[in-house]
Amino acid sequence: MTALGLAGAVVQPVLIVAGAPVLVGVMRQVRARLEGRAGPGIRQPWRDLRKLFGKERIAPRGTSEVFRVAPLVLVATTLVITVVAPFVTVASVLNPVADLFVVVALLAVGAVALALAGLDTGTAFGGMGASREVTILALVEPTLLVAILALSARVGSTNLGDVVSSMVREPSRVISPVSLLAAVALVIATVAENGRIPVDNPSTHLELTMVHEAMVLEYAGPDLALVELASAMRLSVFLGLLANLFVPWGIATTATPAALLAGVLALVLKVGVLGAALAAAEVFLAKLRLFRVPELLAGSFLLSLLAVAASYFLA
Amino acid sequence: MTRMITPDELPVQAESLLGQGFRLALAAGHDDGDRLRAVYLFTAPSPDRRVELHVPLDLAAPCVPSLAHLSFPAGRFEREMHDLFGIVPTGHPLPQRLVRHFHWPAGWHPMRRDVGAPPEFGDVDGPFPFRTVEGPGVYEIPVGPVHAGMIGPGHFRFSVVGETVLNLKARLWFVHRGLEKLFQGRSSESGIELAERVSGDTSVGHALAHCLAVEDALGIAVPPDAQRVRAILLELERVYNHIADIGALCNDVAYGILNSHAQRVRENLLRLNDSVTGHRLLRGAVHVGGAALTSLPDTDRLAAIGADVAEIVALALGNSVVADRFTGTAVLSHDQAADLGTLGYVARASGLTVDARHDHPFLPGQHPRREHSRTTGDVLSRFLVRAEEIADSIALVTDLVTTLDDRLGASAEDPVAPSGTRSGVGIVEGWRGTVVHRAELADGRLTRVKIVDPSFFNWPALPVAMTDTIVPDFPLANKSFNLSYAGNDL
Repeated sequence: MTALGLAGAVVQPVLIVAGAPVLVGVMRQVRARLEGRAGPGIRQPWRDLRKLFGKERIAPRGTSEVFRVAPLVLVATTLVITVVAPFVTVASVLNPVADLFVVVALLAVGAVALALAGLDTGTAFGGMGASREVTILALVEPTLLVAILALSARVGSTNLGDVVSSMVREPSRVISPVSLLAAVALVIATVAENGRIPVDNPSTHLELTMVHEAMVLEYAGPDLALVELASAMRLSVFLGLLANLFVPWGIATTATPAALLAGVLALVLKVGVLGAALAAAEVFLAKLRLFRVPELLAGSFLLSLLAVAASYFLA
Repeated sequence: MTRMITPDELPVQAESLLGQGFRLALAAGHDDGDRLRAVYLFTAPSPDRRVELHVPLDLAAPCVPSLAHLSFPAGRFEREMHDLFGIVPTGHPLPQRLVRHFHWPAGWHPMRRDVGAPPEFGDVDGPFPFRTVEGPGVYEIPVGPVHAGMIGPGHFRFSVVGETVLNLKARLWFVHRGLEKLFQGRSSESGIELAERVSGDTSVGHALAHCLAVEDALGIAVPPDAQRVRAILLELERVYNHIADIGALCNDVAYGILNSHAQRVRENLLRLNDSVTGHRLLRGAVHVGGAALTSLPDTDRLAAIGADVAEIVALALGNSVVADRFTGTAVLSHDQAADLGTLGYVARASGLTVDARHDHPFLPGQHPRREHSRTTGDVLSRFLVRAEEIADSIALVTDLVTTLDDRLGASAEDPVAPSGTRSGVGIVEGWRGTVVHRAELADGRLTRVKIVDPSFFNWPALPVAMTDTIVPDFPLANKSFNLSYAGNDL
């Protein structure tokens, strides 16, 4: 346990919890402006959360503990990732947990908890959303694992901190075929896992087309706030990892205040730019037919496999 | 042409008319006090022919032989007659309630003269029969009647295996408004304000059909300029509704930017409507005997709107994902569309040529019938038919504006209100399809008005088109039909 790791463990969760809804606000605002609308402003997600947290807790009749616990599990797993994974600093307070497999597993635990909650409501929409979400999850998780593995193979460690710091040391790796293939695969996985266009439409009101939103239709008040917050945090986590795995510059490698500040600013800048780019791209994309989504995800898995192969052949 | 016949003659007469290319455009019950009467209106295109069959019925035991085996819409009209008047269709294959609210007591027929005030809502009159689909992995998704969007009430029951729809049942008629009864007793001029509100997006269609029916009954000759103004209004209504649908279809595949632009175009059109009639939804311009505008539509503005629409459509179809989502989705084949008696763009997208502007023209010499570029009955066909109709409508309005040459309308000479019992029919191609009104008047007062919105014919086509379509494509298919709840549930 190093001072740098400790500093990261304090700064990262605070930054991501506070910043994730703002990121969502920025993305919605970018989209609104590009579509010629005024938009509600970047603080709207926080206003919504404040409103939802102020309401009474309410759960549908017939739901069990699974329904009540799922938002907490979702937030908790995401929070653990924000503490240990390399976002602002390369060092981790719990180095074994900053492992590729642990982080991907934590993300999956959160998603599965929510899918179970969707099933627990016993409604047609909950079950439908859960079934679609798990289908997508089953195709996304291998991509995530294999794509990051391609990067870690060269380092000889699956520790995310080590992968990032080796990138910092050898910037030439960033534009290698391995990185590019893995980056494309990870972008597609990020889009799918976070329910963005073209896989899912986060702003639709049409229940029958929803994936993520159908699962959480029954949530209201503080529970819905937790789900929304966690969804925003997961998006930030994905974009943060994506940024640091391929463009790691700025991340703090020493425990000085200046380095930490630079790390924070670099993360905010990178994630903000990535988020804005994602939102801008979404304007020009339409949602795929549900049965075409596996084709897209299979394509991203293939890219990640190629990245692994390249990492051995071109090492 | 009107024929008085006995119930026994009905099937033979109907079969003969249907065989000559007529379609059943309207069937309605009537309560004449001492007897009931079923009226069947058959219409045929080119040349415009209309035949009415009147079947007087005994008040004590009103029975008509069912025509359901001859025509699918007939079976639905008969169920409506049964619910509203208690006229029993004998031999009907599916004699369940159709329009009667499920909390109304059985045997209460709201359109009868002696019916009195509506009863308290009672117990549900038996369960609503949904066809149960059984088999491994089959489950049901109930949706509505309250929806997340701002639409009318309808309950949809999907039987699904995986994501594929095996069976869909739409249950409608949750908000019976008693609209046809509200017409009764009104003077011939004042029915129009009700007609404009039958379905909010079809103000002109219904108002015009109502006017034509009343004028037909009273023998009013409408000046050609008034008919031209009416044709302009009808096309303006078509354009602003079609562009809204085009945007909504794009929005349903998450291509929101085109919806934003379609909404902008629609708003421009609504403002144009406002400048033309003083009402954004074109109300108040049509009246019995004529029509009047406050100004003629600016054809330059319309041309600019037409260019915008063409660009939106090109952008939509240029996106391969949008094209993929539209193509081959929710196919309604030509035969299905013909058998169900569909109307309007739904029918034309499946290759039928039904269009009252040509089949039953109130203003002769309009543009020739358009051959649509794609008529395979999928979402893309219905999208393209709308796009092409917008272009045609703008061209037609431009021509009519030129012909009118700054004349803003006209009215018939003040008619000498004829006494006695009279009836008339108005047929108009509203933006959704053929709107038919039939009015009966006695001494200048409306005694019975029957309204048929094209949605009444088109609703059954939606579940048919949804068979073997996947659940997430339902909103898209539904929007491509865009059927009216209000026009259907009167």
